[in-house]
Amino acid sequence: MDRREFLKIVGISTATGTATLYGCKPKPQAGDASGELGPVPTDKMTYRSFPSLHGDKVSILGYGCMRWPTLANPEGEGSIIDQDAVNELVDYAIAHGVNYFDTAPVYVQGWSEKATGIALKRHPREKIYIATKLSNFSNPSRENSMAMYHRSFKELQVDYIDYYLLHSLGGGGMDNFRRRYVDNGMLDFLLEERKAGRIRHLGFSFHGSQEVFDELLALHDKYHWDFVQIQLNYVDWDGSNAKGLYESLVKAGIPGIIMEPLLGGRLSKVPDHIVGRLKQRSPESSVASWAFRFAGTPEIILTVLSGMTYMEHLQDNLRTYSPLVPLNEEEKEFLYETGRLLKQYPTIPCNDCKYCMPCPYGIDIPAILLHYNKCVNEGNIPEDQQDANYRKARRAFLVGYDRSVPKLRQANHCIGCNQCSKHCPQRIDIPRQLHRIDRFVEELKRNTL
Amino acid sequence: MLRKIRITLASIFFVAITALFLDFTGTLHTWLGWMAQIQFLPALLALNVVVVAVLILLTLLLGRVYCSIICPLGVMQDLFAWLGKKAKRNRYSYSPEKRWLRAGMLTLFVISLCIGSGVIAHLLAPYSAYGRIAGNLLAPLYRWGNNGLAFLAERMGSYAFYETEVWMRSGVTFGVALATLLVLGVLAWRGGRTYCNTICPVGTVLGYIARYTWLKPVIDTTKCNSCGLCERNCKAACINSKEKKIDYTRCVACMDCIATCKKHGIKYMHRKAESKAAEPAPVDTSRRTFLATTAAVAATTAIKAQEMKVDGGLAAIQDKVVPDRQTHLVPPGALSARNFARHCTACQLCVSACPNDVLRPSTDLTRLMQPEMTYERGYCRPECTRCSEVCPTGAIRPITREDKSSTQIGHAVWVKKNCIPLTDGVACGNCARHCPVGAIQMVHSDAEDKRSPKIPVIDIERCIGCGACEHLCPARPFSAIYVEGHERHKIN
Repeated sequence: MDRREFLKIVGISTATGTATLYGCKPKPQAGDASGELGPVPTDKMTYRSFPSLHGDKVSILGYGCMRWPTLANPEGEGSIIDQDAVNELVDYAIAHGVNYFDTAPVYVQGWSEKATGIALKRHPREKIYIATKLSNFSNPSRENSMAMYHRSFKELQVDYIDYYLLHSLGGGGMDNFRRRYVDNGMLDFLLEERKAGRIRHLGFSFHGSQEVFDELLALHDKYHWDFVQIQLNYVDWDGSNAKGLYESLVKAGIPGIIMEPLLGGRLSKVPDHIVGRLKQRSPESSVASWAFRFAGTPEIILTVLSGMTYMEHLQDNLRTYSPLVPLNEEEKEFLYETGRLLKQYPTIPCNDCKYCMPCPYGIDIPAILLHYNKCVNEGNIPEDQQDANYRKARRAFLVGYDRSVPKLRQANHCIGCNQCSKHCPQRIDIPRQLHRIDRFVEELKRNTL
Repeated sequence: MLRKIRITLASIFFVAITALFLDFTGTLHTWLGWMAQIQFLPALLALNVVVVAVLILLTLLLGRVYCSIICPLGVMQDLFAWLGKKAKRNRYSYSPEKRWLRAGMLTLFVISLCIGSGVIAHLLAPYSAYGRIAGNLLAPLYRWGNNGLAFLAERMGSYAFYETEVWMRSGVTFGVALATLLVLGVLAWRGGRTYCNTICPVGTVLGYIARYTWLKPVIDTTKCNSCGLCERNCKAACINSKEKKIDYTRCVACMDCIATCKKHGIKYMHRKAESKAAEPAPVDTSRRTFLATTAAVAATTAIKAQEMKVDGGLAAIQDKVVPDRQTHLVPPGALSARNFARHCTACQLCVSACPNDVLRPSTDLTRLMQPEMTYERGYCRPECTRCSEVCPTGAIRPITREDKSSTQIGHAVWVKKNCIPLTDGVACGNCARHCPVGAIQMVHSDAEDKRSPKIPVIDIERCIGCGACEHLCPARPFSAIYVEGHERHKIN
């Protein structure tokens, strides 16, 4: 029966394929990329500037360089960055008004800075703003931190950096901040570098509690944070502490940069009825555009970062921000309500940043969590054998699981050593989630749900 | 007409039995499992009196139709012979019966079975030989085809097909299967049913019975003009057209002669058996090439030694290595190692069917090619009883999930020097977490120190030997916990 269905599908897709081809013949011009939507504007980008940032005019869309496209490595295992695609994306983004590029030494397995540097080298340095970070999580020694700092200049092929960030503060509290930046004298060194002009603006990115955030902002008088990077989106607004962080920032009067406006794509891949809800409101806007408008609306926001792997994502975001139409109060309420509805889904807040990787025991953590989330959104997490779609959902979950994660990298191999959790900016209790998913898989396999 | 019926039935049986060996989803066995169970030798070993009696009656009534229709190895040879005949018409000729070779082979086979060293028996047994060919040579092709479809299905968002692993379970068995195919292929291409009428023990036994068959092809001497056309088209080489006689011990009732005879001089009918048997012929040693070519092909599995890397991406995973078990493991339902060895004909049906990649043919000389369990690629999952469902010989008796979960086939042994909490200093407990019977608990390695790392302890009485702990142990290449087999299985 399965095979028959398969043949049917092949037959139908071939038939429609042919039909489309024939259908196209009489009007060959119809396939113009800009079609219904019109061309992506090149001169309508919204820019933000603050006196404290020496008149930098920064595009509201910032390019996050954490998710550059990759290719299968032609020389063996793993993958490499697709430099041609990176160049193409960067050129397109710059041509359409983007001028802020945010990378870090640890992004894309450590290849991001180099690839970003190569792509940006082909454009006038003074027209773009480059941001990178001191990602000394695993080894905060002064020696290693220094090496990392100098390496960034070399990889990016620059002699100054516009925006330099202490990478991911908050986790581990103030102790961790002191261990990574104060005790080893790195912060003092960076302040000197700012004075010398090799760092134009100094700030930090933050994932953590309100208390730690306020403590860090209290150090503003001492260090003068030029900007702060926080996570802001309409799900975290109520659900997490995004609202509080934002208000502290406004009070301190420090320009904010937004990361995770889309939660690693989780706010564009949403359950059907959420898609319906958003589309009903504005049928021609993408699901993602709501999240971007939300993040860009506050006046104190300098730029909103998006890690765009695909040209289509870049184009969609360019449309949203060329120019930005700020949300009104009623629209904000609508999104808060949407966020509350989304919160009811038991998705795991993984944004696929891969900071947890590599798991020393070979588990592909993000792939497992993403597969689980996908099944949640598609309604393939049966709760009971009596569920109407139990058989279909079971097959979709199990077959899809083997497809997305090799057997030896699945959740049942997680030993719970907990080395990953401390790296997670979303503070997911990874072993607990993996063990939960593993128990669910066992129940599906044994039909004991 | 008779020939067409024979060909139709043979095709149905051949395709269905082959499908049994290729199907890895377990859906076909429900419908077609009986086709393996009516095979002569498996039925005999399973002490399936009904099937054996029916097959003997069938032979007494119709001749060796078993060899022409039910036996997949026979039909496979017919395929090669058909191709051979395409290359050269009228290629066969009568040869006298090699009685001593047949009797000798049968004796060897019986002795081999009786003394419990089944290797020779397994090499000679026709159904097992075909099983190895289908399981080792055809199944990979089928699975690659399936994986191609799974690849397409994945891209169409369909879950109709899923990918399956293709791997060589045993180099020796693969080599034996390949050699069998080549030798039988050449023999059948050149001489038709040479193997069936000289070496095959089932052919010999059925041949003795077929001597007294009720219906058989009979030459009508009044119509026969001794043209020899039937003789030259008899793949069993059993028609002596000069003397107008047929050797019914070797006739496989294929009905080719009836269709060939231009004078309609051969009829499938009843006639009393003649008392005088054909002259015994000297043993033809050249036919023994078959055995010589079964010499095992040694294969070494190169073990990839990879190092863990910590520069982002995915850490490399080292392959697990088979531990040195003092007693080998046989699946629940086998009752005991001895019962298993006595009944198993090494047909590889269970190996093909095992969805968890646990079963593979042994390379041990005393039970060469008989399956054994090992947990490098998976473990014997509690919900699965597939091998017991497919086994046609009674080597693995049917078992329910409940019985399986309380049958102790072995017990886990802890290997201190590999255990991750002690070597890496991290918490683990993956064995305890996955034990389906709760036989493992984690205790402090130092009873005095509440902060000392926790290590697993095993309640051997509760352990059933499923291998979940061994397979899921993070220690590589050797697990820190492995399963030691039991000679006799125990119900917990």
